Amino acid sequence: MTTLGLTLTDSATMLRRNLRRAVRYPGLTVIVAALPIVFLLLFVYVFGGTLGAGLGDPSGGRAEYVTYVVPGILVLAITGGAQGTAIGIAMDMTEGIIARFRTMSIARASVLTGHVVGAVIQTLVGLALVVAVALLVGFRPDANALEWAAAVGVLTVTSFALSWLSVAMGLWTRTVEAASNLPMPLMLLPFFGSGFVPVESMPGWLRSFAEHQPFTPVNETLRGLLTGTAIGSSAVVAVAWCAGISLIGYLWARANYERRPAR
Amino acid sequence: MRGTAVTDAIPVTDAIAVSGLRKAFGPKAVLDGLDLAVPEGTIYALLGPNGAGKTTTVDVLSTLLPADAGEVRIAGHDLRREPDAVRAAIALTGQFSAVDTLLTGAENLRLMADLHHLGREEGRRRAAELLERFDLVDAADRPPVTYSGGMRRRLDLAMGLMARPRVVFLDEPTTGLDPRSRRAMWDVVRDLVADGVTILLTTQYLEEADSLADRIGVLDGGRLVAEGTADELKRLVPGSSVRLRFPDPAGLERAARALGAGTADPATLVLEVPGDGSVAALRALLDRLDDAGVEAADLTVHTPDLDDVFLALTGRPAPGEVPS
Repeated sequence: MTTLGLTLTDSATMLRRNLRRAVRYPGLTVIVAALPIVFLLLFVYVFGGTLGAGLGDPSGGRAEYVTYVVPGILVLAITGGAQGTAIGIAMDMTEGIIARFRTMSIARASVLTGHVVGAVIQTLVGLALVVAVALLVGFRPDANALEWAAAVGVLTVTSFALSWLSVAMGLWTRTVEAASNLPMPLMLLPFFGSGFVPVESMPGWLRSFAEHQPFTPVNETLRGLLTGTAIGSSAVVAVAWCAGISLIGYLWARANYERRPAR
Repeated sequence: MRGTAVTDAIPVTDAIAVSGLRKAFGPKAVLDGLDLAVPEGTIYALLGPNGAGKTTTVDVLSTLLPADAGEVRIAGHDLRREPDAVRAAIALTGQFSAVDTLLTGAENLRLMADLHHLGREEGRRRAAELLERFDLVDAADRPPVTYSGGMRRRLDLAMGLMARPRVVFLDEPTTGLDPRSRRAMWDVVRDLVADGVTILLTTQYLEEADSLADRIGVLDGGRLVAEGTADELKRLVPGSSVRLRFPDPAGLERAARALGAGTADPATLVLEVPGDGSVAALRALLDRLDDAGVEAADLTVHTPDLDDVFLALTGRPAPGEVPS
């Protein structure tokens, strides 16, 4: 087998292990999916009436705000998934089996790849739940099949990028508790973007930050694909951000994995 | 002057060959020039107190930790240049369980089979075989959290044996096990060696080294302070002695006078006489007692055990006895 073939085979084995563990230990997945659903209900039923009125459309209100906020909630769900991933790998590192993997002749990166791909799948399952609840509370996307596919693609690359970053964070910290705290800023970041209110409504200094942070182009691309708003250059910028974050996360994760004490 | 190497001797392959191994954590040197040679198909026990460097040695030899200096060859492969070839030839069972606690026993084994690319059929066959061999068939579909300490250790070892390693590192394989599980583990280790596997085990238990190992190295302060078979090591400490107990103080006194040697303890009525432990010396001793007309109540011959060796070599008593 080639080196690439071995890496893929071993990563697939590690992915199976992680998915099996996720099924055995569903608590984390449930928490990851539950939090954005709570936020969705909060933003629609508590804040939705007022925020919807502020969107400026005469027909505005709760119904319009549902459509506006769902992409933001999806991004929030991805950051929640990232926190779960950081906790998951930090917990895994406390298990003796990781030391065993290191003494085996297997593709070095496969432990990490298995975690990342497993996390993406877990997050996509969570996102499907969030979308289902969104449809129940009045989310009415006008996307065709192709646009849905593209939206899933955007969610996947975003989740992939944040998973590498959170795997790196989970490896960098020494304790499971720290691993759960470190990605917190990531979960706040979507609020300082176009996910929940238009950036035009923010004061100038905040607005320029909000326009240029990575989650805003992701949000705008999702919103454009699902509800038909203008996408412009957002898609390209979003993919570029994700590629950059993936690369940094990957390199950081590899370096941390090699440097960690043996056991 | 040292002679040149004997070239016509049959070369004995060392499955583990270590020279000048050094490893420091910060300013603290944990391994300080360790030399080790373990011939293929034998058991070598590294004996030492906590902090002697046993686990660090195993970690370095199993590629978990990089060495600071020294040459290491495992199963013919250079540790530094061909770590993957070394990994393909070894298995490590540590004192900390290296099993996936959320997977069942059988799933753990099949995970190993997949990582060794055995293929689905062969992987399942091997897993079933190992479950059978390690008496885990009934526990195969339960997660290891429900296992006893001994079962967990057996699963751990079984996982390591999936790919038929040539060299097995056992880091304190029986620490924390009850005596019955310990003996079962010993049997497993002996079976492995019978199959031609080379084993390096670390232990704090003198009894374990004595009963299992072909050769024993006493590790202290990051280097070997003595090495040999159990018998060779026992010969390192000053000889054996004969202990004679007498029914009354008068007998003790007469015997001490007749033999002209030994230490008498009036409180216990015991006379301890140093000797070389041979039958001839013992007979001579009894003859002299006969000539003096003294009768001993009982007699014991004390030969040094590894405890004495340990004390003599490291200046400390043995750290832990086998709890029973």
